[in-house]
Amino acid sequence: MEPNTRGTGRLPAAFLTPGSSSFMDFLGAHAPEMLPGNRKLPEGIVEAPHGTTIVAATFPGGVVLAGDRRATMGNMIAQRDIEKVFPADEYSAVGIAGTAGLAVEMVKLFQLELEHFEKVEGTTLSLEGKANRLSTMIRSNLGMAMQGLAVVPLFAGYDEGKEKGRIFSYDVTGGRSEEHGYAATGSGSIFARGSMKKLYRPDLTEEQATTLVVQALYDAADDDSATGGPDLYRNIYPIVTVITDEGFRRLTEDESQDLARRVTDRRLQEPDGPRAALL
Amino acid sequence: MSTPFYVSPQQAMADRAEYARKGIARGRSLVVLQYADGIVFVGENPSRALHKFSEIYDRIGFAAAGKYNEYENLRIGGVRYADLRGYTYDRDDVTARGLANVYAQTLGTIFSSAGEKPYEVELVVAEVGTTAAGDQIYRLPHDGSIVDEHGSVAVGGNAEQISGFLDQRHRDGMTLSEALKLAVQALSSQANGAEKTIPAERLEVAVLDRTRPQQRKFKRIRGRQLSRLLEADVPAAAQADAVSNDEAPEDAEE
Repeated sequence: MEPNTRGTGRLPAAFLTPGSSSFMDFLGAHAPEMLPGNRKLPEGIVEAPHGTTIVAATFPGGVVLAGDRRATMGNMIAQRDIEKVFPADEYSAVGIAGTAGLAVEMVKLFQLELEHFEKVEGTTLSLEGKANRLSTMIRSNLGMAMQGLAVVPLFAGYDEGKEKGRIFSYDVTGGRSEEHGYAATGSGSIFARGSMKKLYRPDLTEEQATTLVVQALYDAADDDSATGGPDLYRNIYPIVTVITDEGFRRLTEDESQDLARRVTDRRLQEPDGPRAALL
Repeated sequence: MSTPFYVSPQQAMADRAEYARKGIARGRSLVVLQYADGIVFVGENPSRALHKFSEIYDRIGFAAAGKYNEYENLRIGGVRYADLRGYTYDRDDVTARGLANVYAQTLGTIFSSAGEKPYEVELVVAEVGTTAAGDQIYRLPHDGSIVDEHGSVAVGGNAEQISGFLDQRHRDGMTLSEALKLAVQALSSQANGAEKTIPAERLEVAVLDRTRPQQRKFKRIRGRQLSRLLEADVPAAAQADAVSNDEAPEDAEE
């Protein structure tokens, strides 16, 4: 904590001043240079690895959030096993598409923001409150988004008051909208959304919902070169997370491998995947 | 112009120390004990919202006796310190030793600055290790000294007597239930040798449990889990009594 406890080593006045329960507000007042949005912008367009497709779907009792594992820089694959879905707290998760470096930093700050509030107040933020907080963070990144460093997350969580899973999507300006049923973000999202549109039903079980999102990621990878499909040779599979009233759970390696293999095995027979009825 | 009275530094410090100690003594005592799987915090607290124990960071807990607004201020300062440090470096770089040092400096500076009223608080900062040998417990009295404690520690008005009681009976490797019962027994024995009964509803209990799968090891123990752990010690009659007790805010003990 170099910038803050120089001198006597006692807590600086800012630490003991009663104020907001927000860590970002505290940082903004005390060490503004540490907030991502306050950084000086470089000139011109910056090339950096980008993450691609994130999908989410609700089912009675919860919500599923999943992401592929590929990061690209231009037409090159920058990383094959990147993680783009993170727990935000006990009952919510965030998946990120866009500039990987900034997105991961944003998630770290967002997790801390929720945890800080919880410790200071002794209670958690409402799901709406969390979603709004994320909005503010994206808005502060607009300058960088204009230079090609956009971060567009998908936020999903279990609303303990309403007793159901909910999904929020964002645009680069921080605009927030609640999605009903299913949602996708990132370059492969057009294909993923089309896939889910045909397969989604409001009465899915948890297992069907996890299968649905893997099918959607497969379809996204099938048509979008920036999205990675299940990598059977290297044993790299999508990250699938489930949030219910029991909290956040990430499928284990074995579970997601099993899920991805079942989907890919079926695609050997039917490359275009399951079909919806015509009418 | 009148000449100010001369007060020797020794006298000034002794007065300030007495002032702080008296303030702390008005609050209820609390104890922090090591048990097999971690560290348990136990205190009598009629309020369910105004806590004496809280989480500072993943493995670090905080306990305080004395004036609520003062230790609450220090607690939030500690949370800000820990979160900022973890954000700047890494979560592993936030340690109880570092936090205790910052608290000691803060309390010490306030105590010895003539312009400020000394804080009427006594703190405990505890960190649970991956094994019992790695557990750390620091006690911070009002004047900013640090005491590195092992096994058990008591702070607050009646601390000396309770510490003596615990020192004789506490041993390493107790189960949570054993440690909890011992703590309640220690808190129940009064200065005049009499025993009072503290019903489960008036107990605030929290643990730093190293076996928790989550990164954050702090957990409050309430309700059924608490009664289960206390079972042998709390007769049904005492529990029924407690239901009618009014919830008084923690500040009221000042």
